[in-house]
Amino acid sequence: MTGTKRGSTGQIGARRKRVEDPRLLTGQGTFVDDIQLPGMLHLDFVRSTHAQARIAAIDTSEAAKCPGVVAVYTAEEIHGFVPLLPGPAELPGLRAPEHHVLANGHVRYVGEAVAAVVAEERYTARDAREAIRVDYEPLPAVTDMERALEADAPLVHEEFGSNLAFELPLGNETAAALEEADVVIQQRMLNQRVIPNTMETRGIVADYRRSDGQITVWLSTQAPHLIRSLLAELLDLPEHRLRVIAPDVGGGFGAKANLYGEEMLAVALAKQLGRPVKWIEERQEHMLATSHGRAQLAHVTLGAARDGTIRALELRILADMGAYPHIMTPLAPLQTAAVMTGCYRIPCARAEIQGVFTNTTAPDPYRGFGRAEAAYYLERAIDLLARRLDLDPIEVRRRNFIQPEEFPYSSPTGYVLESGDYEVCLRRALEKVDIGALRQQQGRLRSEGRYIGIGFASYVYRAGFPSLPKLPRTGFLKGGWESAWLRVDPMGKVTVLTGTSPHGQGLETSLAQIAADELDIDLEDVVVRHGDTASIPHGNGTMGSRSLAVGGSAVLLAAREVRHKALRLAAHHLGVEVDAVRLEAGRAFLPGHPERAISFADLADLSYSFLDLPDGMTPRLEASATFEPHNWNAPFGTHVCVVEVDVQTGEPKLLRYVAVDDCGRAVNPLIVEGQIHGGVAQGLGQALMETVVYDSEGQPLTVSFLEYATPTASDMPTLEVELTETPSPLNPLGARGVGESGTTGAPPALVNAVVDALAPFGVEHLDMPLLPERVWRVLHEAGAVR
Amino acid sequence: MQISVRVNGKQTSAEVEPRTLLVHFLREQLRLTGVHIGCDTSQCGACSVLLDGKLVKSCTILAVQADEREVLTIEGLAPREGLHPVQEAFQECHALQCGFCTPGMVMAAHALLSRRPNPSEPEIREALRGNRCRCTGYQNIVTAISAAAEKQSKREAQP
Ligand code: FES
Ligand code: FES
Repeated sequence: MTGTKRGSTGQIGARRKRVEDPRLLTGQGTFVDDIQLPGMLHLDFVRSTHAQARIAAIDTSEAAKCPGVVAVYTAEEIHGFVPLLPGPAELPGLRAPEHHVLANGHVRYVGEAVAAVVAEERYTARDAREAIRVDYEPLPAVTDMERALEADAPLVHEEFGSNLAFELPLGNETAAALEEADVVIQQRMLNQRVIPNTMETRGIVADYRRSDGQITVWLSTQAPHLIRSLLAELLDLPEHRLRVIAPDVGGGFGAKANLYGEEMLAVALAKQLGRPVKWIEERQEHMLATSHGRAQLAHVTLGAARDGTIRALELRILADMGAYPHIMTPLAPLQTAAVMTGCYRIPCARAEIQGVFTNTTAPDPYRGFGRAEAAYYLERAIDLLARRLDLDPIEVRRRNFIQPEEFPYSSPTGYVLESGDYEVCLRRALEKVDIGALRQQQGRLRSEGRYIGIGFASYVYRAGFPSLPKLPRTGFLKGGWESAWLRVDPMGKVTVLTGTSPHGQGLETSLAQIAADELDIDLEDVVVRHGDTASIPHGNGTMGSRSLAVGGSAVLLAAREVRHKALRLAAHHLGVEVDAVRLEAGRAFLPGHPERAISFADLADLSYSFLDLPDGMTPRLEASATFEPHNWNAPFGTHVCVVEVDVQTGEPKLLRYVAVDDCGRAVNPLIVEGQIHGGVAQGLGQALMETVVYDSEGQPLTVSFLEYATPTASDMPTLEVELTETPSPLNPLGARGVGESGTTGAPPALVNAVVDALAPFGVEHLDMPLLPERVWRVLHEAGAVR
Repeated sequence: MQISVRVNGKQTSAEVEPRTLLVHFLREQLRLTGVHIGCDTSQCGACSVLLDGKLVKSCTILAVQADEREVLTIEGLAPREGLHPVQEAFQECHALQCGFCTPGMVMAAHALLSRRPNPSEPEIREALRGNRCRCTGYQNIVTAISAAAEKQSKREAQP
């Protein structure tokens, strides 16, 4: 590790209360819907009620007559001032359909925007929306990927002649290794479609000032600068007159890292109409039109020697592209392939990827994006292997772990893991659950007809992406770097500007801790600002578990530079060499001479008065810094889940959930644990209850919290979280990502636990979500219940 | 229609459309934007407020139904300076992340503790069934409510 300074104020590693909390706790946060501007108009959308149809006619005449309606738009009316949405990242051979903001004569999923209304008030806009008549000629639709690839399947995009969006192999040869393996297991595994369901839905307010062409956009987003570049490029607006502000953001989880059609239209209309335009997504719209997550299917093949040593792994992946893939949609299966061998030494690995068009909402990043899928397939496969060989699943994991001395380790699919210690997390997790006693209890209860299951998942993923030369896309993901700017005001208070843009992770606190630690001042003396392109340096936003490891490192570098300058200034003031001065606890001094000191505040003040500076020193204590990681960092951990399955009802009851995670140096363990809690809840949600269901016509049946249940407090067990700290060599903080650890560890841990509980009935695999009804059916088929 | 509601201790008269929901009245007319909207089917609890001391979802009630009654929102919970003990416990225990569900959660917690000063963990989890959070996994929310209960009962034990 590259020596993180630990200041006497000990900020790094401290469980500090969050500084953003008081405003959020008292109702003084500012979310997009809280913004009201004079003369503001409300935008609303008519959405397709068909999964596939030709639009014969749209009658907007009644709507246009509604009092308070300012304008009504269809594809025709916005043609000319609203361009197409950006297509997906350019993979070789990828077929990219045109993506219109409003459907252009044809709809391809339920929820696709067909027409837009702008009105003086929210209620009026809704009335007008109801008054628009759309005449559809329904066509057959396909929402299932396997069905979509059949020769006689309905085509999502007629012009492509098939529903195959792209095909890509990755990895090395596996055939020979599988041939020679003592045992080969094969399993089809579904990683079902889920909905991010941020508690704050999407929303935007766009304001245009005609006098000077200034456009201000408040947007619930994870990436204000990326969105600004996209808007500027697509709408042909001068980027410097475009200001995007991400105010308080009520969760993103990947679904707010993209520019959506509704958002681009709101900006274009604000300019067109010369009045502020607001659009706030309804929950039902969120379920239909915000990007979904996962939606992957894999045929998993794992070959091993009799002693459990894994020889080869093969994934045949079908990845759902929806009807109109977003920029990042096709990258999910590539992520899966990259980390498919997880924390194990697997010499041969290969992924055959097929991207498939369906008449559905496009999936896009969702906490764990592609890597959570990989961990699920692999951790499930290892349990299947252990069962087949009658080995302890813990032992199979241990036998195959990449050992600390084997790093850096290059996986067959081209991912280089720089460091890790997988055994440490596994050992701690086993101690915490007291595995010996637990297994005894399991055996005892089994003889009484009660079915306890213990599930393990050891995961590693990749976080904090580096710059990716192979995926050019103007206006998006210009690099893996992050920026920071730090200034000390004349009274010694510090302002940090960060290019990353939190949506609930508490970066105002953790980044302040990093700066306070480096400068050795009080946390209260630092304020962190973010999310406003007018005042912060260009940044790449928050996604892929990058903000702390990458954004935090940029803050550290800026703070270091300021620290050095402060020391030079102090040395000049005290009349000594710079090496003789220490900066500690809010003052600079000469060790051994307590009277020869200057407070940090006086030093700050001094830095503004030109005549007091040493020759050549510029005024002001401030610095800007950029940090570019040269590789992804690799968070890892082991989760253990204990369930009891009621064989009469099929209900899995969670008895314990233990997570031991390693995110390298934890700047604020309180916040880190919170990240694990939230991720685990989302992961358990996927494993237990969340799924998007379509009927045979392609109608989604899950459009509210009634049909699409996210976990509530009573669905969740007590979460026992422990952290180990194996510093990453990839950044000066030694940090690894953490945001996606929970969603990566939880699904395999839970499913493995339930399958373990049902082992006496010969159950080997179950697809998520493990709703009681599904579990009961399997038990019924196995003859366990009648 | 003319209504007269006591909101956060202040008598307020206003003109509302008969179909205006209480949540929109509070947010848009009174600018009490701490009351959030997270769904359109009364299933998230982000809009929770107290109506005559009882926890309600303000998206299920018309503004006119609040006529001549008393509403407490998150903005009226804390004393002028500082935080209410439940809010304090939420910060202490890191019971919020994005903060969007938080006002509703805090009101639900406050309502629970007023009715049951020492709830068990299952009782807390049960009482929060109407309030969804997507960020915290509820772990620290449950911890915070227990902590607030303990603090409150200690305070009461000392005369
Ligand atoms: S807004 Fe969801 S319950 Fe009221
Ligand atoms: S803190 Fe984000 S929804 Fe609860």
